[in-house]
Amino acid sequence: MPLEAAFMAAKIGFVFFVVLNLAGLLGWVERKQSALMQDRIGANRAPILGITLIGLFHPLADAIKAFTKEDFIPARANKVMHTLAPLLALVPAFTAFAVIPFGDTITLGGRTASLVIADLDVGVLFVFAIMSLAAYGVVLAGWSSWNNFSLLGGLRASAQMLSYEIVMGLTLVGVFMTYGSLQLTEIARAQGEFFTFGGVNTWIPKWGILTQPLAFFLFMAAAIAESKRAPFDVAEAESELVAGYFTEYSGMKFLMFWMGEFVEIVVISGLVATLFFGGWQIPWLARDGFHVPFTQIVIALPAILITLAGVGAFWTKVLVLIWLQMTVRWTLPRFRYDQIMRMGWKMLLPLSLANIFVTGAVILLLQG
Amino acid sequence: MVPTNHYLMLSAVLFLIGVAGVLTRRNAIIVLMCVELMLNAVNLSFLAFARALGDMGGHVFVFVVIAVAAAEAAVGLAILLAVFRNKQTVNIDELNLMRW
Amino acid sequence: MEQAVFYVFAAIALGSSLAMVVQRNPVAAAMNLVLTMFSLAALFVLLQAHFLAVIQLLVYAGAVMVLFLFVIMFLNLTEDQMMPGRRSILHVAGVALAIYALFQLRALIQRTPPVSAKPVDAAFGTTKAIGRLLFSDYLLPFEITSVLILAAIVGAVVLAKRRLD
Repeated sequence: MPLEAAFMAAKIGFVFFVVLNLAGLLGWVERKQSALMQDRIGANRAPILGITLIGLFHPLADAIKAFTKEDFIPARANKVMHTLAPLLALVPAFTAFAVIPFGDTITLGGRTASLVIADLDVGVLFVFAIMSLAAYGVVLAGWSSWNNFSLLGGLRASAQMLSYEIVMGLTLVGVFMTYGSLQLTEIARAQGEFFTFGGVNTWIPKWGILTQPLAFFLFMAAAIAESKRAPFDVAEAESELVAGYFTEYSGMKFLMFWMGEFVEIVVISGLVATLFFGGWQIPWLARDGFHVPFTQIVIALPAILITLAGVGAFWTKVLVLIWLQMTVRWTLPRFRYDQIMRMGWKMLLPLSLANIFVTGAVILLLQG
Repeated sequence: MVPTNHYLMLSAVLFLIGVAGVLTRRNAIIVLMCVELMLNAVNLSFLAFARALGDMGGHVFVFVVIAVAAAEAAVGLAILLAVFRNKQTVNIDELNLMRW
Repeated sequence: MEQAVFYVFAAIALGSSLAMVVQRNPVAAAMNLVLTMFSLAALFVLLQAHFLAVIQLLVYAGAVMVLFLFVIMFLNLTEDQMMPGRRSILHVAGVALAIYALFQLRALIQRTPPVSAKPVDAAFGTTKAIGRLLFSDYLLPFEITSVLILAAIVGAVVLAKRRLD
């Protein structure tokens, strides 16, 4: 029993470490990537002992600045709600990472354990349930600031989040139908199988992006809208609504909102990597070794190496998807609010329902 | 294994807290929230019995109750919005046009 | 261990529901109800109703209560006003009725013979099991529920629309 508790603590520590560091690094990534895309240099001045490491110390400088700023609450605001809102924006994003598997089962000293914090059989629904609690942070922040702009931004943002939650859920129904399970480890493992046409093995792995391409695009759009990143950041709207629902926040609370947004980016990337890109799977690398395609050659590799390669592959996919979301942010202009709502209800929702129908029809045809 | 009676007592207490709220409060939205509390308490007792008897019909019932409660909350709040537009209040003491 | 978890979450549920009924501020009451629903979801997990625990969080705590918060903020409600004089009689009567009903229910519950929980397999409370039931034995209630939700959507949109006259 204590060994399992220690392993669980190690897993939780690992996930916390990686996700927190990634969220901190994402501030630097945002600045540097936007600078590269806009043909400028970006922030590179924060030095430690005279060394500016291409601006990598800027997140540290941001953290120190946030810690030392005055933490004020507006005079007529509700103190409890004002302090509770950033917590409700950050904690659900972190908690959603508890069900995302970052590796296959690991065998240490004869005991196997899976590299996921909680292997729930309602895995994906848990992620949706927890992320829907993030809407409270937005609503409470907007209302408790006693500021008209904050209230408007909060109501807009939470209406947008609720609309796109529906689209997110419905697009993934196609994925559940294809892989037959809600459990994220099962879905990731099922993507290691190969397409077979009439008994002939084509050696193409059944990744989600090949079996459900429309769902991938719909889900990416809905997930970016849910986390209120550009081009759907009308609630934050840096040049329009002051700062939207976190106008009256400064210091550590503002940093919590900001970090909550970045942690949501990491969670979305983790989820998309698991559902559409095979999770920890490297093509043709099974548990017994590397299968050379179209032959029967199996290059045997030690099990621990395969597991570590899987973990590395998962985080690589997460990094690529984070890069993709950053690129989208700095490429597309911002949507108007009515365009966002129209797109969610009148375009994405019917498309996701059509996806469900087509997927069901194809599954029936292939079975019969 | 926690005995089923514990769950039933908790469900009863939550239900009656909801009843006390419905009878005592004057703000219509808080009355609606107390009704939701009552529905939740009933869900808990359904699931306690479903576990004790090993029958999943209780789960299906709770599923339907959750769906119906969501629908009722939506329609109730829409009615409240319409009433507020006319009378500028949600205090149920002042919504007495149909009293004899 | 299971007992400890039950008592903790039962205490949270009781405390927050009492706070909800007593609160003057509607937004604080709504957040207390969210806390109650959260702890009830934890109790559902203890009762091995995993799917329903997640559905409770998704639908109730994640959508219905956000709707309540929206309406409270929309209407810009302040604290609960009550006509003076009627307060004390109403409070006493309501609480007395609740306590009386509590004693009756307690007697009823204590008369129920203790049911020893039947051993259930690992598929109890999973999505697959509920799905199978919903589409076989309970198909008619499922379809009627969907029609009911459609009626509620249409009704809510029609009732809350701003009349342009």
